[in-house]
Amino acid sequence: MNDFLIVFTAVLLALLLQPLIQRKAGHLWSAVSAVNFVRKNGAFLSLYLILAVVAWMVFMIILPQLYMVDFSFRNNLPLAEVGGPKDVHTLKNYEYLIFGRETDEELLNWLHLSVFLKTMLASIFVTLLDLALCYPIAYYMAQVAKGGQARLLVLALIVPFWVNEILRAFAFRILFGTGGVINSFLIYLGIWDEPFDFLRADVGLYAGLSYAYILLMIFPIYNAIESLDHNQIEAARDLGAPWWRIHWRVVIPHAKPGIASACTMVFMLSAGALAAPQILGGPSSLWFTQVIYQWFNTGGNWPQGSAYAFVLLIACIAFVMTVMKIFKVTLGEITK
Amino acid sequence: MTSRTVMRFMIGFYILLFFGYLFGPLLLMGVTAFNATSFPQVTPWEGFTTAWFVQLLQDDQMIDGLTNSLWIGLGVVCISVPIGLAAALMMTQIYERVRPYYYMVVVSPVLTPGVILGISTLVFWDRMGTAVNAEYESLFYNGMWLTIVGQSTFISAYCMLVFLARLARFDKTQEEAALDLGATHVQVFWKILIPFLRPAIFSAAVLAFLTSFENYNTTVFTIQAESTLTTVLAGKVRMGTQPDLSALAVIIIAVTLTGALVHEFLKQKERMAQLRQEKAAKAAEQELSATMGL
Amino acid sequence: MSADVELDHLTIRFGDFTAVNDAHLKIEGGEFFSFLGPSGCGKTTILRAISGFNDPTEGKVRIGGKDMRGIGPNKRQTALIFQNLALFPLMTVAENIAFGLEVRGLNKLARRDKANQLLDLIALKGQGDKLVSELSGGQRQRVAIARALAVEPEVLLLDEPLSALDLKLRQHMRTELREIQKRVGITFIYITHDQGEALTMSDRIAVMSAGRIQQVGDGNSVYDHPQTAFVASFVGENNPLMGKVLSVSTEFVTMDCGIAKVRARNLGKLKVGEEAYAFVRPENLKLSVGAGEGEGSLPSENSFTAPVLAEAFEGSVKLISLRGPSKKPIIASIPNTGDGQHFSQGLLTTVNFDAEQAVALPIGDLADE
Repeated sequence: MNDFLIVFTAVLLALLLQPLIQRKAGHLWSAVSAVNFVRKNGAFLSLYLILAVVAWMVFMIILPQLYMVDFSFRNNLPLAEVGGPKDVHTLKNYEYLIFGRETDEELLNWLHLSVFLKTMLASIFVTLLDLALCYPIAYYMAQVAKGGQARLLVLALIVPFWVNEILRAFAFRILFGTGGVINSFLIYLGIWDEPFDFLRADVGLYAGLSYAYILLMIFPIYNAIESLDHNQIEAARDLGAPWWRIHWRVVIPHAKPGIASACTMVFMLSAGALAAPQILGGPSSLWFTQVIYQWFNTGGNWPQGSAYAFVLLIACIAFVMTVMKIFKVTLGEITK
Repeated sequence: MTSRTVMRFMIGFYILLFFGYLFGPLLLMGVTAFNATSFPQVTPWEGFTTAWFVQLLQDDQMIDGLTNSLWIGLGVVCISVPIGLAAALMMTQIYERVRPYYYMVVVSPVLTPGVILGISTLVFWDRMGTAVNAEYESLFYNGMWLTIVGQSTFISAYCMLVFLARLARFDKTQEEAALDLGATHVQVFWKILIPFLRPAIFSAAVLAFLTSFENYNTTVFTIQAESTLTTVLAGKVRMGTQPDLSALAVIIIAVTLTGALVHEFLKQKERMAQLRQEKAAKAAEQELSATMGL
Repeated sequence: MSADVELDHLTIRFGDFTAVNDAHLKIEGGEFFSFLGPSGCGKTTILRAISGFNDPTEGKVRIGGKDMRGIGPNKRQTALIFQNLALFPLMTVAENIAFGLEVRGLNKLARRDKANQLLDLIALKGQGDKLVSELSGGQRQRVAIARALAVEPEVLLLDEPLSALDLKLRQHMRTELREIQKRVGITFIYITHDQGEALTMSDRIAVMSAGRIQQVGDGNSVYDHPQTAFVASFVGENNPLMGKVLSVSTEFVTMDCGIAKVRARNLGKLKVGEEAYAFVRPENLKLSVGAGEGEGSLPSENSFTAPVLAEAFEGSVKLISLRGPSKKPIIASIPNTGDGQHFSQGLLTTVNFDAEQAVALPIGDLADE
């Protein structure tokens, strides 16, 4: 309870002091522009702009994240004990992720750590798979297809993605299930007699995940390649470059921000996916988000779940930073 | 020459394969919606039926979820579009030096996994509720409200990006011209900026609604005791599977396809209108030079 | 109604950059006044300060005698025509024209009347319901003028409004603008980098360079009596001859320019021993073939010999480039009399000019040339 007030006032204070700090840094002009802001927009608009943006930034973005992080360092207590002597900060939720229960025989909590690692690696795999699948299509749409045909292709790409995420996953279940289309077909052909469980082997999951993010992979790359002057490709071809070299030296360098942006988005969404693993994942294999979900639902341990969520968030931020470093792109280019 | 043809053929084949991958699963799912088997499958074909559509309409749980989804979608539109607009306008006015940091904060929800947004919203409101000793029936614990807030967190950022893209094409002198002609800043906002942004407001609203409608990752944490269409669906798919889900998919695909076609048609019309205007301007130009004797 | 505009030691800085430096002048009511200068000289900043988009760092802007500090652009009796016109693309022509009245709360009928009246003035009768995108460049230009006039401003500010038009239309619009100004009788303040525009339309011109107003005067005085080296070289063609001042009298300055002793009009700014420029316009140079042995044996004042570099035929005149003392050739413009005389390359000529037609000015801003 007290902690709540402390964090709350701290954020509020920081926001109030911000103009002062600013003024110190930027001499007088920033204070002048604050006055100008109101003068420029009029009272009504200024109020709307400031209220909307502050409400969003503070109460929807910053404070909830801070609270989640704070919560992840706390004990899981019944309501009656909140604010009591046991309501102190602790590292045990993170210790649990790494070492498991103290009574466990294993040194490390391999169950959850391996789920985490698998999620990260599988997400990278899905991202690369999507990149390989989508780059040719994006290139074709941006540089080869003519007006009407290109529009038709865009339309054909968009339509499947307005179908609900759950139903898309469901479609893959129909396809890959033991009684599904592929198994029936292969048994009919006599390739094998017993149905093969694609879902247990995670084939369905990878197919479903890469399917789910095709659109997000194609469009940033498409936009980037479209802005490339076709004459550059012609020039390269004219100079005798083989097709793969044209891509490696001309198209891909130009599309780099688009590729980085697409890969980041697909990785984030794969790592954070919940529906597809729930529906398509094999019964024995878990996705990290499913573990988090369990802590909140059946596990009933919110602080523990918050800790896991925070770890996922950190991993995602680390991934974005790495991509930004490798591809030398800015945040603005990624979210374009 | 031959290598060129082979290449062409391979590209065509790849495109075919790709779109097969894209539409195949959906088509097969569509087929199962009309198969009389009680499990969604293509083979064996036990006869054509529309029973699954009827069953769908009688499914109260699904209808409840749908109603909730529609309300939540509406709520999200009402919150996200104004916030996104304000954030985009702020972006154009904020001090140059603070701008990158501001952008980093407001765009972060786009890059944050949905589950984390759901969890943080849930935890924040729960703890706020505890701190002020709120009633259990109050807004702090209301699944619908939390879902609207949680989804709006990142959908506002989507809307902001839509507005920023449109604002990048805004000619600042329009604003100055209006001011110079005596308009107040509020008048400039309503008479110049809003009409200019109208298409973006429309697309942001559509985007917000559709994103909200099909969101699962955030909703599944914030919705708690309530349900939306997506959470009902997820529950059903996980429990076991029935062809009425395929029937639902068929309906959704039909609606989307119609929407997409209408959208394309309207765009075509807009293109034609633009062409006409350019023609008129050219004609006026010629007429003017003729009358001036140039 | 027209108002005078006064710049009272106006200085405008953006950070370390001084866009306008101590501009001090008064524009009379009903005058057609131009600011002429190269891009980046601060003329647009002055215009924006008058219309209220830029605040003075120092000094004042007065319109009709009233200090404008703190009065926003929407409260000033000025109307600005933007370089890109800034017409509202989502409104019809009539709505554009009546926008200023709309925001003042006039009813629809009054707005329609006024719009029709102005459409008549700009010869676009009956085209009020068109969209701006359906108009030609010249028509858009006139809509922008009508839109500004609709609010009955006391001062009309024009920021290079003709620069987007092609040459013929531009010349046509010059006369049209001048006529409109005479008809409405309000103060026009015009910004341009095109001296032709400034000279043909304006009552008075302020020539600007690097944030400073160099000279204010009517077309004749700016062209014939430049006060600074910048004005002399920017307005019209001019040949600078650099030299050292030998003697100064009330009317004339004598300079040693290397190739010749030059006598030029004294504007009272030079001291003996100073480096200075003497400017002579191409049309004031007289050429004769040969080394000039006919008139006198010694090279007299304002006379020198120079070989021809090139000849350019321009119809009514011929432009002859001569090798001068600096890298830049000396240009002479001689009327084409149709006698078929040619100044071929290498031909030695004698150049003469009257001391009355040359001016001596301090080097000033032109030092780097």
